[in-house]
Amino acid sequence: MEGIMSYGAYIPFYRLNGETVRQVWGGGAKGERAVANADEDSLTLGVEAARVCLQGIDKSTVDALYFASTTAPYKEKQSASIIAAALDLCEDILATDFGGSLRCGTIALQLALDAVKSGSVDKVLVVASDCRIPPPNSDLELVFGDGAVALLIGRDAPIQIEGSFHTSSEFIDIWRLEYDKFPKRWEDRFITEEGYVPHIQKAILALLRAQNLAIKDVEKACFYAPDARGHRNMGRVLGLDISQVQEPLFDNVGNTGAAFALMILVGALDNAKTGDRILLANYGDGADASIIRVTGDIRNNRGGLRRSLDSKAMIDNYGKYVKFRSLMEFEQTPEYTPRTSLSHIWRDRKWVYRFHGHKCQKCGKIQFPLQKYCMFCQADEKFLDEVSLSDKTGTLFTFSIDDRVQVIDPPNVLATVNLEGGGRFFSQMTDRDVKNIKVGMPVELTFRRIHDALGVHNYFWKCKPAR
Amino acid sequence: MREGIKDKVAIIGVGCSKFGERWDAGIEDLIKEATVEACEDAGIEIKDVQAIWLGTFQGSQQSAGGASTGIVVSQTLQTQGTPVTRVENACASGQESVRGAAYGVASGAYDLVMAIGVEKLKDTGFAGLGAGYPGKWEPVYGAFGTAPGRYAMAATAYFAKYGLSFEEGKRILAEISVKSHFYGARNPKAHLKREVTVEEVLSAPLIAWPLGLFDCCGVTDGAAAAILVPANEAKRYRQDYITIKGLGISAGAGWGKERDDYDFTYWDATQMAARQAYAEAGIKEPRKEIDLVELHDCFSIAELIATESLFLCEAGKYKQEFTDKRAYYHDGEMPVNVSGGLKSFGHPIGASGCRETYEICKQLQGKAHETSRQVTDAQIGLSHNQGGHPGRFVCGVIIYGAL
Repeated sequence: MEGIMSYGAYIPFYRLNGETVRQVWGGGAKGERAVANADEDSLTLGVEAARVCLQGIDKSTVDALYFASTTAPYKEKQSASIIAAALDLCEDILATDFGGSLRCGTIALQLALDAVKSGSVDKVLVVASDCRIPPPNSDLELVFGDGAVALLIGRDAPIQIEGSFHTSSEFIDIWRLEYDKFPKRWEDRFITEEGYVPHIQKAILALLRAQNLAIKDVEKACFYAPDARGHRNMGRVLGLDISQVQEPLFDNVGNTGAAFALMILVGALDNAKTGDRILLANYGDGADASIIRVTGDIRNNRGGLRRSLDSKAMIDNYGKYVKFRSLMEFEQTPEYTPRTSLSHIWRDRKWVYRFHGHKCQKCGKIQFPLQKYCMFCQADEKFLDEVSLSDKTGTLFTFSIDDRVQVIDPPNVLATVNLEGGGRFFSQMTDRDVKNIKVGMPVELTFRRIHDALGVHNYFWKCKPAR
Repeated sequence: MREGIKDKVAIIGVGCSKFGERWDAGIEDLIKEATVEACEDAGIEIKDVQAIWLGTFQGSQQSAGGASTGIVVSQTLQTQGTPVTRVENACASGQESVRGAAYGVASGAYDLVMAIGVEKLKDTGFAGLGAGYPGKWEPVYGAFGTAPGRYAMAATAYFAKYGLSFEEGKRILAEISVKSHFYGARNPKAHLKREVTVEEVLSAPLIAWPLGLFDCCGVTDGAAAAILVPANEAKRYRQDYITIKGLGISAGAGWGKERDDYDFTYWDATQMAARQAYAEAGIKEPRKEIDLVELHDCFSIAELIATESLFLCEAGKYKQEFTDKRAYYHDGEMPVNVSGGLKSFGHPIGASGCRETYEICKQLQGKAHETSRQVTDAQIGLSHNQGGHPGRFVCGVIIYGAL
């Protein structure tokens, strides 16, 4: 049966907590939530989740990539194609973006299942990711979270989707216009009483009826909620025992938008056993509900969410958060005139996006970036084989900490990394605690937004301390 | 058969503008200051100059104060059609102008030529070189790789390789900066003229860890010039002319920071250029045979590593051979940068290599500005000028002799 072959989740390194928010706005803000680094966006979060999901999987078997987000970095220009390149997927795939609704992640999941069922594709990678900016000094400031989930959908899956039910609704509760930085909302009781509760309840009940199941038959219920209170209330409305409610991560991650319901599902799958039945429900412009059954051994990629949750750093002042999300304008000195060249990047795409290096047939040395002649034995390019290096770990050979360069989150750590198995990467180090950088420390590679110039988001790889 | 350039070319006059933040001077003023002094020093007039090589880094397309062609020289000096060739090898552009002029003479094409190095950096509206913005060279690769950030990686690697703690390594570097400022204070043309103490250096703000404020040179305006003739005609102009004994240049392979067998603790282009120049000059034991060195110390760590890579001491032995012995002072065993160097004399990018030539000539002639930094009876001098960053250098070395 069709279902989830593999999954992965990614939570960014930084957290914003109540103390930091209270210092600026007063009030009673509590808890903490995940915040994407200044060099991350929904696209790069999605790449990281997908890299977890694809660990140990032959990437050439992926036939399609569906990217779901309400915060895609480009309005016109696909994110999925950049993600596919960063993942080093084949070029002859169908890649597309989904958006418009917080339900776009589960909608992409359903369409992926349908595509596999139809027989036109064998494997579809679904990536759901969001990086929504809550209005500052609002109750949403610690409710929203940034994160991404990836699911590989295929046949004979160990996690099967037994049935689904969908509704569509013209109900409007939260929205963003084209140039809105923050979402707008109608009154919260209207949202709860007329929107969230009845829509999700209706879909779940219809699904259970169709599947001939009762609510007590599910081991875990993974369902979207706008906030923690709404989530608790929904559990009661559905008649769920507390043990059946999968932890929604409001205390440490937040509502990750398009990725949220699937993020809760990943939490459930990480602890599921064979035979478990899981209810998944999502909300926004209607509702989705699915019954998911664990029928086989879940792949060994469990634990990615836990690792992401445990490895974190608190944003220690609100100013840093303001810079991360560009919530204020700052001085730009005349020197800061970043540039880019799309034709240049296009020519270098094999190493800029795919992180291919060369392995020399003559001397065997691995090198990055791609060369015209071997940098060790000067053999011509025709003796250099392209090799994928993005999954390599490395060790830090040398580094510096530049306090003066105009990066969003100074200082800038320049890092020279020796890659496992050969090759070296001259890079920037991100997601780092500057007090704990040492020559010889283990690092891994990560796909990031390096800078914006001429209205273009310029993506490339960096290194980061191993998480 | 290659004959080399040894003893074929003589320098008969040198000039150097005041270095500093020259709000009063544009690129034309700087060129005039240096060339007028050089012509007076040689006892010639500008109309006697048959060809000119101009070393400058910033093209006028990129920034205010730059010059994209040699016309900036002909316009300024009213040379009325004299050939002017603009050369550029990043921070090694100054020496490239001397090199081009020397080969112009050695080829027999000209009787009298001039080399000019110049840079006007302070018309941009900001401190620093402005190299920190992304996309300058590559859209994404090496983005935010500044000169301090890149050189600092070499300091980290040097400390790690030779087992120096942060404090030990910083102190070795601080002593170098103290020496540079000591000589800057004794050089009327220098940009930075204030002496500093080791403690001041160590407690200064960090620029790029582990390098602090005093480990980095400033941003300077300035120009320097030299006048060259065939060696066998030099006596017509003066008795204490300087001859070129050897001239090496190496554009390094450029992939040092990407090669996993490169450890950042030596400058390979410097080693290669030094070997060429030593071979041409017939120098076997550089530390014994060379009396004075002006080397490219844009950062304190750059002076340390260049000293080792010029084979003036064994790799890793800098502390024992230079710091502990104070060998690099003018009255030491191997004087290095007793002008103040790029650090304190200043580093107007395209001028620096030519300014080193100026300083070596003055020292070999016994005419250092103040006797307090005159090296006694110096006969052989070396200048070292490099562009790029650790792992990706182009480097020139010139050996000069008194007569």
